[in-house]
Amino acid sequence: MNCEFSETIVHAYFDGELDAVRSAEFEHHLDGCEECKAELRKIGALRRQLQKSELCEQASPQLRDRIRKQIAKDANGRRSALFSGRRVFLIPAFGALVAAAASLILGLLIFQSHSRSTRITAELIDAHVRSLQPGHLTDVLSTDQHTVKPWFDGKLDFIPPVSDFSQHGFPLVGGRLDIIDGHNVASLVYSRRKHTINLFVWPYRGKEATFAGSGSRQGYNWLRWQSGDMEFCLVSDVSTADLHQLKELIR
Amino acid sequence: MREPQDRIRFEQLVLPHLNSAANLARWLLRNRADAEDVVQEAMLRAYRFFDRFHGGDARAWLLQIVRNTCYTWLEKNRPAELMTEFNEEVHQQPSANPETLATQSDDRERLMRALESLPARAREVLVLRELEGCSYKEIAEIAAIPIGTVMSTLARARNRLQRTLTATTAEEAF
Repeated sequence: MNCEFSETIVHAYFDGELDAVRSAEFEHHLDGCEECKAELRKIGALRRQLQKSELCEQASPQLRDRIRKQIAKDANGRRSALFSGRRVFLIPAFGALVAAAASLILGLLIFQSHSRSTRITAELIDAHVRSLQPGHLTDVLSTDQHTVKPWFDGKLDFIPPVSDFSQHGFPLVGGRLDIIDGHNVASLVYSRRKHTINLFVWPYRGKEATFAGSGSRQGYNWLRWQSGDMEFCLVSDVSTADLHQLKELIR
Repeated sequence: MREPQDRIRFEQLVLPHLNSAANLARWLLRNRADAEDVVQEAMLRAYRFFDRFHGGDARAWLLQIVRNTCYTWLEKNRPAELMTEFNEEVHQQPSANPETLATQSDDRERLMRALESLPARAREVLVLRELEGCSYKEIAEIAAIPIGTVMSTLARARNRLQRTLTATTAEEAF
């Protein structure tokens, strides 16, 4: 590269990893630098090629099964070793009681918040599957964010962020309402190479930390995160990498 | 009381990232059967170390363990693979016979071979970024390298992959 910017900067810009100032500097430079433009196109083509080829390996059901069994065995093994191998000393009964009660309450709280998260994820996947049935995908069918956004007015007690990402390969298809965990959520529909992606948005209501992360369930990939006072979840049969890419665009 | 709680927490926080774990291991070891064995072992390790996980990004935490387990396995079983750095000569594919030529025309196959021909440390950064969608910060955490190294490795890995792909396309044209 002959230009003033190093090659790594071009890659970091492409990955959205430059801070705002450096990013603006680079964009200013990009206007006049054919070399950097060509480099960006090259990296973009490579990414499309990698994602198009669906190179992501999935864990086989057999492996999943083996791991579950192994963990169950390990858990039992550890417990029995604990009871048989150690001498139990006399502990003041009161202290033990308090400790047991405290750990029980703490355990229950953790358990409840996680089982609630898992239930919500399951409801989101169900909502996604439902949306794929004929006629259920959108209540407002438009690729125009200025049509979709006002449609939610008065139907929700919050304003979901609505943007079209056509130029990045995620065109907006429309919007819909769903009910998750007893509350209205905004569902935005995007498409990706003929696959459907649902973006669910709802205000953060809980007191406990949100469950962020990704995973798959019934063959669908999901990605959940919180940003500001909103919670987001993407569900689709496209790769997790695609979901991460869309998440970057939404943020 | 603590043990079953731990197991539920593990199944809800860590197990959902099993596909990412399988993907990273498959590309690091370049072989599905070996990858499955290593992932199983890494999962058991993760479960045993689970009390050291203090919240945060469960996927990055798990992938770090998977990566370390892969490298330990490679050191033991295929140490030569870890000694190769970026070097034009070392990774030349064996000359193609007619049978592989036919499959090579398949884009996916070609890409797979090109990716597999990268040195392990370049391959992992590329796989984490392009297939798993990890941020530079996450990659730095998983691979235990500075962010600057993530940037430079990624740039070199992409260039290298591009060149390998162009080379194999040219080969096919003859």
